[in-house]
Amino acid sequence: MTALAAGGVPVSDPIVNTAVFALFVAITLYVVYRAGTRNSSTADYYAAGSAFTGRQNGIALSGDFLSAASFLGIAGAIAIHGYDGFLYSIGFLVAWLVDLLLIAELLRNTGRFTMGDVLSFRMQQRPVRAAAATSTLVISFFYMLAQMAGAGGLVALLLNVHSRLGQALVIGVVGLVMVLYVLVGGMKGTTWVQIIKATILLLCGALLTVFLFGKFGFSFSNLLSSATEKSPLGDKLLEPGGSYGKNDTTKLDFVSLALALVLGAAALPHVLMRFYTVPNSREARRSVVWATACMFVFYLCTLVIGFGAAALVGADEIKSAPGGENSAAPLLALHVGGTLLLGIIAAVAFATILAVVAGLTITASASFAHDVYANIFKRGKAEPADEVRMARLTAIAVGALAIVGGVLANGQNIAFLVALAFAVAASANLSTLLYSLFWKRFNTTGTLWGIYGGLIASLALVLFSPVVSGAPDAIFKSIDFAWFPLKNPGLVSIPFSFLCGFVGTLVGKPKADAEKQAEMEVRALTGIGS
Amino acid sequence: MYDVARPTGNAMEETGRLPVVPPGDRPAGDGHRQPASRPGPDYAAIQAGPEFVALRRRFRAFVFPMSFAFFAWYMTYVLLAAYAHDFMSRKVFGQVNVGILLGIGQFASTALVTWLYLRYMRRRIDPRVDALRARAGLPDGTRR
Repeated sequence: MTALAAGGVPVSDPIVNTAVFALFVAITLYVVYRAGTRNSSTADYYAAGSAFTGRQNGIALSGDFLSAASFLGIAGAIAIHGYDGFLYSIGFLVAWLVDLLLIAELLRNTGRFTMGDVLSFRMQQRPVRAAAATSTLVISFFYMLAQMAGAGGLVALLLNVHSRLGQALVIGVVGLVMVLYVLVGGMKGTTWVQIIKATILLLCGALLTVFLFGKFGFSFSNLLSSATEKSPLGDKLLEPGGSYGKNDTTKLDFVSLALALVLGAAALPHVLMRFYTVPNSREARRSVVWATACMFVFYLCTLVIGFGAAALVGADEIKSAPGGENSAAPLLALHVGGTLLLGIIAAVAFATILAVVAGLTITASASFAHDVYANIFKRGKAEPADEVRMARLTAIAVGALAIVGGVLANGQNIAFLVALAFAVAASANLSTLLYSLFWKRFNTTGTLWGIYGGLIASLALVLFSPVVSGAPDAIFKSIDFAWFPLKNPGLVSIPFSFLCGFVGTLVGKPKADAEKQAEMEVRALTGIGS
Repeated sequence: MYDVARPTGNAMEETGRLPVVPPGDRPAGDGHRQPASRPGPDYAAIQAGPEFVALRRRFRAFVFPMSFAFFAWYMTYVLLAAYAHDFMSRKVFGQVNVGILLGIGQFASTALVTWLYLRYMRRRIDPRVDALRARAGLPDGTRR
C-alpha cells in the first residue's frame, strides 16, 4: 500500500519490471537458440519435426491460448463487472471440448502443416488453399493487432511510459523479439517459449490465488462478501448482467459473444497448427487434455484473482489506473506483494503477449509459404529450402506489419479485436472443417462458399456495427453508418457460413471426389497413411 | 505386421484388395499429394469394410450426441445468464448464488465430458483402430 501515490495511481518500479522481463527474454532467447540449431526442412520449421509429446504440446497450447486478453482482460472484467467477466472464462474453457471431440485427432491425422492441408485434402487444391490462407491471415492479423495494442497499454502501466513515441518504441521491441524467436527457433523454439511462458503464468496465477485465499481465511464466500462490500455494484457483482444486462440488444450481444467464444477457439489457425507438432493422433488427444487441464486451473484462478482485485484494490482505483480494466491483476499484485510481485506479474503479462504473437507469426508465415507460395504459385513443386526461406521472409513481413498495426491500433478496444478474431474463426473455419471431416458430399464449391461467406459476413457485420461507427466508444465517433445492432457478429455469421457451405455443396458442379473422400475418412479415423 | 493366415470371413480378403503399405515411414517429401503414383493402401476398400464402418459408427455414436449435449448445456447456461437474472441471483449458501454454482458446473461438466471421452476412446475405439492399422501393416496408434 505504501507504493501508492496521491490520486490512487500506483507507482511501479520500472527498473524491477524491466529487469524481470529482460531476464525472461534472455532465458527464452537462449532456449530458442539451442532449440533452433537445425531448422532447414519444412517439417522442422513448421511442425518441430512432430517430435513434441502430448504433455509438452498441451502446455504449449495453453500458452498459445492464454493471451494477455484472457489473463489481464478476464481478471479485470471480473473485478469490474463481476459475474459477466466469469462468463468469458467459461466460454474459453468449454471451447476445448469442440477441439477434443471433433477436431484435434482427425486434423492431426489428415494434415501436415496448416489448416489448408485439411480443407484442401479432397478439394481442388489451389482455390481452397487460397481461401484457407486468406482466412488464416485475416484471423491471425486481427488477433495479433489485439496483442500488440495490448502491449502498448501495458507499457503505460508497467514502465511508466506515457508518450505515444515511447509506447511505439516498446511495441517495436516486442515485434523484434517475436520475429527473432520465429526466425531462430522455428516451431520448436516457439513451442519452448510457449511452454516456459505457460508454466510461469500458471505458477504465478496459482500462487497469487493461494495467497489471496489465505487472506480470506480460505473461504470463497468470505472473498465474495468482501468483493461485494467494496464494489460499487454491490450484490449485483455476483449476478449476471453487470456489463451485458442493460437492454435486449446487449443481452443478445452477449449470447452472440458466447457463441463465438465457444465455437471460435477450436478453429483458430494458430491453435490448429499446434496439433502437427506431435507424432500422432493419440498425442494430439493428450495435448488437448493437458491444455484443458491447464485452462481449468488457470480460469478458476482468474475467478479468485478477479474478485480478489475487486475486494482489495477496488473498482475506482482499477478504472483510474492507466490501462483501465486490464490493470486489475497487476494492481492486485502490487497490493499483496509489493513492487517485486508487480514486476513478476508485469513480466509475465509481457511474456504472454510476446509468446502469443510469436505463435501467430509462425502460423501466418507457414500458411503463406506452404499454402500460397508452395502450393498455389509453385503448384506443390517448391524446394523445401525455398519454402522455408519464403516462410522466414513472411515472418519478417508479418512482424513489420504487426509493429505498424500495433502502433496504429494502440488504444483501441483490445477485447473487441480478440472477440472479432474468434468470430471470424468460428464463421470461416469451423463450418468448413466440420463439413470436410464429417460430410461425405461436401465439395469445393461448398468449401469456398463456407469460408468466404463466413469471412465476408463477419467482417461486413462488424464494419456496420456500433463498434466501428456511431457509438460513443466507436472507432469513428463522429460518423454513423451502423445498422447492425450487435458488437459481435457470431450469432448471424456462424449459422450463415454453415448455410453457405451447405447450399454451395448442393449447387456446386464438381462433385465430391469419392476416392479422396475415402482416403481422408480412413486417414482421419485410423491414421493409416498419415 | 500383416497376418497372411487370417481366418476367412474377413472383409478385406473378400474384397480381394488387401491394403498394403510399405512398413516404416513414408518417403520424405510431399508424397501424399500424388497417392496414385505409388502403391498405397486401398482406402476405398478399407472404408467399405465392416470393421471400418463399425468403427466410424461407434466413433460418431459417441462424439455427435456428446457434442450436442455439452453445446446445449452451455447455451442453456448462457441463455439463463442473459435472460433469467432472478433465477441466477438466488443465494444458495453464504454469498454463493445459483449463477456461480452453474458456472462452476460448466467447469465440472467439461472435466466430466473429457474423462468420458478418454474412457470411451480407450475402451471402444483405440483397440479397433489398432486392429485396422495392424491389418494394413502399420504399428499401433501410439507409435509411428
